[in-house]
Amino acid sequence: MRIPCPLCGERALEEFTYLGDATVKRPAAEETDPKAWYDFVYLRDNPRGPHRELWHHLHGCRAWLEVERDTLTHEVFDSRLARERGTEAK
Amino acid sequence: MTGERSFRGAEGGLIDRERPLSFTFDGREMTGYAGDTLASALLANGVRLVGRSFKYHRPRGIFAAGSNEPNALVELGTGARRTPNIPATMAELREGLAAASQNRWPSLTFDLMAVNDLLAPFMPAGFYYKTFMWPRALWERLYEPQIRKAAGLGRPAMAPDPDRYERGTLHCDILVVGGGPAGLSAALAAGRTGARVVLCDEDFRLGGRLLADDVRLDGRPGHAWAESVAGELAGLDNVRLMRRTTVFGYYDHNTLGAVEKVADYREDRAADVPRERLWHIEAHRVVLATGANERPIAFTNNDLPGVMLGSAARAYVNRFAVRPGARAVIFANNDDIGATADALSNGGVEVAEVVDGREGWLVKRALGRRGLRGVELSDGKRIACDLLCVSGGWDPAVHLSSQTGVKPVWDADSFCLVPGEPRQAEVSAGACAGRFTTENALRDGAEAGRAAAAACGFDDKAPDQPAVEEPAAGNLQPIWTVPGKAKRIFLDFQHDVSLADIKLATREGYTSVEHLKRYTTLGMATDQGKVGNVVGLAMLAEERGVPIAEVGTTTFRPPYTPTTLGAFAGYNRQQHFQPVRRTPLHDWAERRGAIYVEAGPWLRSRAFLQPGEDLFAASIREAKATRDGVGLCDVSTLGKIDIQGPDAVELLNRVYCNGWKRLPVGKARYGLMLREDGIVFDDGTTSRLGERHYLMTTTTTHAGPVMAHLEYCHQVLWPELDVQMVSVTDQWAGLAIAGPYARKVLEKVLPDEDLSNEGFPFLAAREMELQGIPARLFRISFSGELGFELNVPADYGPAVADLLMRAGAEYNIVPYGLEALDIMRIEKGHVTGAELHGRTTAADVGLGRMMSTKKDYIGRRMVERPGIAAPERPSLVGLVPADGTSPLHGGAHLLPRGVPTTAENDEGYITSPAYSPELGHWIALGLLKNGPDRIGETVRMVDLVRGADIPVKVVSPIFVDPEGKRLYA
Ligand SMILES: [Zn+2]
Repeated sequence: MRIPCPLCGERALEEFTYLGDATVKRPAAEETDPKAWYDFVYLRDNPRGPHRELWHHLHGCRAWLEVERDTLTHEVFDSRLARERGTEAK
Repeated sequence: MTGERSFRGAEGGLIDRERPLSFTFDGREMTGYAGDTLASALLANGVRLVGRSFKYHRPRGIFAAGSNEPNALVELGTGARRTPNIPATMAELREGLAAASQNRWPSLTFDLMAVNDLLAPFMPAGFYYKTFMWPRALWERLYEPQIRKAAGLGRPAMAPDPDRYERGTLHCDILVVGGGPAGLSAALAAGRTGARVVLCDEDFRLGGRLLADDVRLDGRPGHAWAESVAGELAGLDNVRLMRRTTVFGYYDHNTLGAVEKVADYREDRAADVPRERLWHIEAHRVVLATGANERPIAFTNNDLPGVMLGSAARAYVNRFAVRPGARAVIFANNDDIGATADALSNGGVEVAEVVDGREGWLVKRALGRRGLRGVELSDGKRIACDLLCVSGGWDPAVHLSSQTGVKPVWDADSFCLVPGEPRQAEVSAGACAGRFTTENALRDGAEAGRAAAAACGFDDKAPDQPAVEEPAAGNLQPIWTVPGKAKRIFLDFQHDVSLADIKLATREGYTSVEHLKRYTTLGMATDQGKVGNVVGLAMLAEERGVPIAEVGTTTFRPPYTPTTLGAFAGYNRQQHFQPVRRTPLHDWAERRGAIYVEAGPWLRSRAFLQPGEDLFAASIREAKATRDGVGLCDVSTLGKIDIQGPDAVELLNRVYCNGWKRLPVGKARYGLMLREDGIVFDDGTTSRLGERHYLMTTTTTHAGPVMAHLEYCHQVLWPELDVQMVSVTDQWAGLAIAGPYARKVLEKVLPDEDLSNEGFPFLAAREMELQGIPARLFRISFSGELGFELNVPADYGPAVADLLMRAGAEYNIVPYGLEALDIMRIEKGHVTGAELHGRTTAADVGLGRMMSTKKDYIGRRMVERPGIAAPERPSLVGLVPADGTSPLHGGAHLLPRGVPTTAENDEGYITSPAYSPELGHWIALGLLKNGPDRIGETVRMVDLVRGADIPVKVVSPIFVDPEGKRLYA
């Protein structure tokens, strides 16, 4: 598998480490409902098909990436810097 | 030599008769020629019986001529180089090759285990599952060893592999897999455009079926055309031809794996030549030209030596000038009959009968015991023969395209599985796409090569096609099996799966193709059913009364053919398994007698042995000398992360559970990091070196993970923080100077600095100059003594260590290792990886009060969970032997007195034991249920592994200097 890094270009899988679901959001500091935190820390969907995931270009530029990938076919649709999340894809 | 002469044609064949090669088979000396495979050389020497089958020990011969061979598996080489289960058809002959048959006892011709064949009626599909279920305990002791002995393949070498294996990466525009007419034609079309082309073929000679069939291209023999194309390609700088290279796996995004045989096929086995190379290939486009495997028609006793695929017989006659028999019968359901008959006649094999199944005339049964002696036909007629060439049509080698995740589809016109719609940038050309003739292969290949080159931005014109003269083919009428004795009609030769097994599995409800495969083991042998799978699918369809297309097919997975583990391991073995990191003081320590211990990726000094000392004595001496005088310890392996920016403190405040807002410049603070689930992640000190400049230290083992975690926090969670960070672990050597005289030693090397208790108090941190080099000094202590940590640029580490040793000589300074450090930190009750092992909370290790209640931080909310905050969780205590003398054991369990020794009564365990030179007896840190409330109580230390059950007293975890007088001195 190859993952496009916005800074380094398309690189082999071995350069990256995987964290997982990029759609979960850390609750606000004031959130005291244990369920919200439980969901954030433990619960993950395991979709079959397109999925937004966090990958770390650990053996490259060390950028955290948000990659949209099809978990079935491994097709990569989009890859952006995690710190630019929420902005439009380039 | 008589055998060689009698089965080898006087002329012809793609062998070098000037280069005879001697080899042995089961110790018998034989001769072949350069250009032979072991299989062709064995046939030339009259060897028909080559192995015994897996389960029933039935005699087996050579059935095929390529990587689809199911029967003729041999052990190659001897001693540490003995390699089992190599198809004789894939072993290139070389001088001195030693081959042995396998799975026979005591000998190949007289195999006592053949009694299994008589027991065949009692060993149906699922036999193991059904028979040996009970009692379970007998599996390991009785059933499995016996089954393993009786059923099996070859023996692996029992000594370490003496060979080297390499690994490489190839990038190309176009990868062509297969060097037959389609592959050569594709490589030629693409190569002439200038595109970077790699062509791999598993054979040692390019040409594929052009080497085996009587095909003429532009009036020349097919093999001559192949040779001239290979010559042209070899002359192109942009083309790389890789013979003896099997592309075994097709992975995502056009990443493919290939293994190249190197030393095994060279007579000069020089030390610098690897045995094999594993290639990681990244290709923009892939042309699959993997050809097809011929399938048999199954009938009673169809596994007898002498029964052979028609295509294989043609290969032996045409390519190797070998007669696979003297008198042949041909049995087929398609026009390949003509090509086989012509090849046999030209090669001097008498064709006794041609049985054309399409006319309703069938071979019903093969006759003979250890080899074919005749056939019985459907009309009862018997014909004497020693060779039966069987042709049931062709199965495209769809393995690689299927590995991309594309299910092959049943082509009802050609009666075979063909590749589905490509999902990656690949195309199948020629026979592997179900287009079987040479003419199709050449045209498909040229078009595929041209299109692939065009897609990569190269010129797009296909080369002219040669004029093809080839024998008639096709006109297949499906005949899968001939009714007879179902238990002797074999579909998967290597695993002895018969038609009876398929019928039984279907009766018992295993009607899904995936279930059938696992229940009968059809297609699960080392050949992955290249010969028999499709016949098996057809039979399953027949049993279920549905079309073959409805049955589907099992999943194709890498590797295409068996691949050695050595190739996958590559360089990563023994000391090269992972890189070793040595500290800047490694050699410095070695000169002082250091022995090392692995700590994460590092080698750290464990102790500095003096003559006559063992590890225990040395570490006691070092700890004592440090507490009484002064010691020097290499702490360079601690992770160091430089953090700068206006929001640096905010980041620290969020990743540590304790507060950082009020840390002044020039001070260090101990910090504790939690994971988001509330468990302790790491600890260390962080110092404020400037207004917006912090230096974080981490534990040795977590240096990498903490860095990745900070990057995650910064880039993913809080990108709004204006902060930057970089690892500087390798840039600084770290030296801990500890002991009552530590200050005096440092004052000698830093005469301009005020290191008094007032001028440089506990937790002071300052940048300074040490004889002109930059240095950082921290007043921190892991040992509990008056202590400092000095950082200097890594290259200066040894020189500064020498300087300190000279300055400390008058105070009898000693270097101390990790072992002495461990003793001292246990005496002081400091926790380390033994306690912070990923299951403990801050409260568990006595640091609960560090957790701020005033701010958000990673892990904040999850530590509030009832279970994780429960007081009965095992938590940190000190332990001493009640008798004052017994040693304490790491990992031993803690149980109350007067209860049975059961897991239910387990209340904790010892994490860190040590002999305390300060106290003169053993001490330990441990985690005990309700720990802090039980100080003064006596419990039991139970060690069932090393055999101990002694009373131990629960005490405070701080054994030495609980008031911290030394620390603040
Ligand atoms: Zn990158």
